[in-house]
Amino acid sequence: MISEAEKKLLVRGTQINYYFVCKTKLWLFSHHIQMEQESDAVELGKLIHDDTYKREEKGLILDDLISADFMRKGKVLEVHEVKKSNKMEEAHLFQLLYYLYYLKNEKGIEKIRGFIDYPKLRKRKEIRLTHDIEKRLEKILQDIDSIIKGDVPQPQRKKICRNCAYLEFCWS
Amino acid sequence: MTRKNYYILTNGLLKRKENTLYFINKDGKRPLPIHAIYSIYTYGALSISSQVVNLLSKEGIPIHFFNRYGFYTGSFYPRETLLSGDLLIKQVEHFIDNEKRLKLASDFVKGAISNMKRVLSYYNLDNNMDALLENLNSCDKITEIMNVEGRARADYYRLLDKILPKDFRIGQRTRRPPKNMTNALISFGNSLLYSTIISEIYNTQLNPTISYLHEPFERRYSLALDISELFKPIIIDRLILYLIKKNMIDKTDFEKDLNYSLLNENGKRKFIAEYDKRLKKTIKHRKIGRKVSYKRLIRLECYKLIKHVLGKEQYKPFISWW
Repeated sequence: MISEAEKKLLVRGTQINYYFVCKTKLWLFSHHIQMEQESDAVELGKLIHDDTYKREEKGLILDDLISADFMRKGKVLEVHEVKKSNKMEEAHLFQLLYYLYYLKNEKGIEKIRGFIDYPKLRKRKEIRLTHDIEKRLEKILQDIDSIIKGDVPQPQRKKICRNCAYLEFCWS
Repeated sequence: MTRKNYYILTNGLLKRKENTLYFINKDGKRPLPIHAIYSIYTYGALSISSQVVNLLSKEGIPIHFFNRYGFYTGSFYPRETLLSGDLLIKQVEHFIDNEKRLKLASDFVKGAISNMKRVLSYYNLDNNMDALLENLNSCDKITEIMNVEGRARADYYRLLDKILPKDFRIGQRTRRPPKNMTNALISFGNSLLYSTIISEIYNTQLNPTISYLHEPFERRYSLALDISELFKPIIIDRLILYLIKKNMIDKTDFEKDLNYSLLNENGKRKFIAEYDKRLKKTIKHRKIGRKVSYKRLIRLECYKLIKHVLGKEQYKPFISWW
């Protein structure tokens, strides 16, 4: 059960990310029960965001949904996500893929390249959007929609719980 | 970084210079690093400017005000940033639906009585708390639940008097103003705890004005009153018994002119220092798998309430397990 106001689902990059990380977190975050404000990990992420790629144009937010870490404009639009570790590959990957998908399908931008940057690892990875991935993203979007409209999913204890801002909430 | 509570007992001025706060009094000027403050508790005459309030609001730091007698006068509850419409609706639903409200109200009292029982058992005092817990099951009105709570507390204070030195006996519970030393300590401690709980609620999405045991019109932040019932025995009463039993507090810590019914400056200072120590004390939480402080336990209670009203997990009140 969710309120009327939430029915018009706005899928944000973070939600795609949380979909891969934890469904409970996805549900709570989407219902504005957020815990990130006190998390050291989130704080660190913000510092990395502010401290790296200072010459780039940052903080662009599109339609309240897309907030890639920075973009480079030119003949080809480059979309960059900055991450602190490559631990949650799939979640990061699809977050960026969703941005590419959105820019392509909602904004009609064809010439576009996506990168994940790991400044702490001194690595950069290019990400490509394929037809199969687009299909998969559509399925994920539907999934997210129905998860949020349903009851709070029971949390599953995983290794990553240890570093999660929602740890105390789930296990209190 | 963990933020700390700051307690200001002397008169003075709170000033902002750029993004730093300074407390200035007759002894000098002391910087309060803004990112290190969790809440401020102030007991003296404090002058404060709107620039200070703006900064506190931006950083989400509540200030709790007490008058010079230690009575709570109000809080600066900064603009809320953690809001969840869905949660608010659920919180209200659990108030309007009588059965749901009764369940929560009764849980708060169940927790309160169980924790009183813990304190009594710690001092090997035989008690009838189990019978009172039993009585709770047959209550179908809030007033009945309140009555059980009142009876439990009266018995509880009567039993505690058995182990208290003569000068410190509670006798009748009196407030506004309290009439003797231990009553003064209880009132002082309960106001402090009430404010601490307000700060914890502020850091969650819960709305502090919707309560279940207490009527929402009783106080501005009546949910804090509900939650305080659980923690009064374990945090405040145990602290008071500790201070008295260890002879850490005596007549000289009270205002002689006021018939020892109020803590003096020195007494307040001692009480607050021990209170803060206690908030920081940790215990191992089995389910979470790490140590949590007493202060954090209050936050966890808020989380449990959120889970309950969302229909995720039945609320079980905090009962001290040590």
